[in-house]
Amino acid sequence: MALLQIAEPGESAAPHEHRLAVGIDLGTTNSLVATVRSGMAVVLNDDHGHALLPSVVRYRPDGTISIGYDAQVGEGDDPKNTIVSVKRFMGRGRKDIAHIESMPYDFVDAEGMVKLRTVQGIKSPVEISAEILRKLREHSERSLGGPLTGAVITVPAYFDDAQRQATKDAARLAGLNVLRLLNEPTAAAIAYGLDNGIEGIYAVFDLGGGTFDISILKLTKGVFEVLATGGDSELGGDDFDQRVFCWIIEEARLAPLSHKDARVLLTRAREAKEHLTAHGEAPITVKIGSGEYVDLKLTTEIFTEITRTLVQKTLAPTKKALRDAGLAVDEIKGVVMVGGATRMPQIQHAVGQLFKQEPLNNLDPDKVVALGAATQANLLAGNRAAGDDWLLLDVIPLSLGIETMGGLVEKVIPRNSTLPISRAQEFTTYKDGQTAMAIQVVQGERELVSDCRSLAKFELRGIPPMVAGAARIRVSFQVDADGLLSVTAQELTTGRETRIEVKPAYGLSDNEIATMLKDSIDYASDDAQRRALREVQVDAQRLIQATQSALNQDVRLLSTQELNDIETCMKKLNEVMPGEDRGAIDAAMEALGHATAEFAARRMNDSVKQALSGRRIEELDA
Amino acid sequence: MAVTLSEKAAEHVANYLTKRGKGFGLRLGVRTSGCSGMAYKLEFADASNPEDLVFESHGVKVLVDPKSLPYLEGTQLDYTKEGLNEGFKFINPNVKDECGCGESFNV
Repeated sequence: MALLQIAEPGESAAPHEHRLAVGIDLGTTNSLVATVRSGMAVVLNDDHGHALLPSVVRYRPDGTISIGYDAQVGEGDDPKNTIVSVKRFMGRGRKDIAHIESMPYDFVDAEGMVKLRTVQGIKSPVEISAEILRKLREHSERSLGGPLTGAVITVPAYFDDAQRQATKDAARLAGLNVLRLLNEPTAAAIAYGLDNGIEGIYAVFDLGGGTFDISILKLTKGVFEVLATGGDSELGGDDFDQRVFCWIIEEARLAPLSHKDARVLLTRAREAKEHLTAHGEAPITVKIGSGEYVDLKLTTEIFTEITRTLVQKTLAPTKKALRDAGLAVDEIKGVVMVGGATRMPQIQHAVGQLFKQEPLNNLDPDKVVALGAATQANLLAGNRAAGDDWLLLDVIPLSLGIETMGGLVEKVIPRNSTLPISRAQEFTTYKDGQTAMAIQVVQGERELVSDCRSLAKFELRGIPPMVAGAARIRVSFQVDADGLLSVTAQELTTGRETRIEVKPAYGLSDNEIATMLKDSIDYASDDAQRRALREVQVDAQRLIQATQSALNQDVRLLSTQELNDIETCMKKLNEVMPGEDRGAIDAAMEALGHATAEFAARRMNDSVKQALSGRRIEELDA
Repeated sequence: MAVTLSEKAAEHVANYLTKRGKGFGLRLGVRTSGCSGMAYKLEFADASNPEDLVFESHGVKVLVDPKSLPYLEGTQLDYTKEGLNEGFKFINPNVKDECGCGESFNV
């Protein structure tokens, strides 16, 4: 018979209506899946008792695909068809990927995301990730005894729209119903129950196998806001193994090693590192291919010494993230440790010292993200307990807006707005008789489009011809709970509408986001001045156009002298307009305004006269 | 006759209750639904109702409402693993037949 789980009071599911939900940590190095059983978040182990599934996919020539541990052997034997750390390629273009030339893969130029040529054909990172997710889905369905209602999948806080969309696509391809994408640091904070705890600012220190991320989160009313992110995409536990490996080679005075020996030694190095976490010293004994014996003892002191610079390397981005968020160390309420490498006492100690407090580390750092995701998935699937009537929200990392005349950004949704969100703003036409409008969607904090990132461009056509400024175009931005954007533009008099789902071609790296945020602060006053200049330039342009069209219609109302004056003023304004001197443009505009004042009055009289001529007084009264 | 927990089941329930941070005990019951007539109810209990029957099994309080009791007399709740799946299982001597999956039953 079916196996049952304990429900909250009054929440027993009807037979066959269990809402099975999982949380998935789709990691760069390892992935894992967790669920809530009888009110407790637990990781679902595979048939061999492994909690972690290495994020490795191997395409074999016989058409089969191996995933996880089975695929790992292929890293040495068949690197071209064995894809590791595919997460680094999600939603990324070729030029976004660091060290692409040293990777063993056969990259294919494709529009948008890179693709990889394997023995089973060309595969996109979305398809490769989907293989990992499918494996996790199958094993959770066997563990839970039924099909899943849905899953929450975690992504790094700095993932942009393209990377989030790619992750969501991969899940869909794997047959998963995505309840929500959740930021990894937020998931870790949930696992520690911080969302139900004291409001305040928390740091999440995530040192994984190959990546390091630091996030500063602010919790207010159950909403986690990402204040700052930072890290190093090429720093992780593997680098500590590498240091031990180098130390072994030096100490044992080994000659250059064969590929196989190197792998064995690297494994021993990792084992020694892990052994040290619990013990004061670790013996390393290996017989290598040449027949030589390695017999060494790694002590905590030596390990601390050889990895000191690596530990320091994690602290620099951490301090920077604090600085970016404008926070002092004593404003941090708690520090959450994530990632297997944070088990090292050296890291625990350094982090404790920096934050002047013991980091939270009583949950397994490898599992904490998945556990938090499972808790959230359980709630979203509708299995909530009494008192759990909150829903956790995330925020958008960078402001979204559209380009307006002069290359300026009009922000529609400000940074750190809670999701989901929908905002609309009205815009108008710039020229008489304008019937189309190009809408460029941008993301970033700067005032000029050229300094922000363009996400998408589309056109609204069929605007009825009107004078400039009369048309009303409503642009609505909607960001769903996963942080994905759709934009609609509607011309209000005709109701004509166009919309676009934003799937940007390239992603932003975390460094880029960090740089963009930093620049927006550094250049704030610069930007304000440049914005003011652009605004004046746009006004000047508009004035010239208006004057020109008035001249075209009613030049007969002017004497030659007057026309000359106006033309001189227009010429002067045209000259100073492209320059940087706001004062000069202002002055030239004023001069032109002055020169045309009489002309404008005369045009007004003339048009009134025309309207009145031939009519009787009585008619006008009515 | 009483309603009992196996030692293993009691161990898990006690563990869950501790993690949950509150709870008086475990409520077992039946209700009429499902493809074969009756379905089990398995919930945490935060308090007992005056009419409840309270059994104590391996240190865990088991609550059963009087209406459910006739269907549950002599039942033992066990905790088992089946492949990767694990969870609670009702061993109920009153059951005559049940639906294929065993989530609902007839007496």
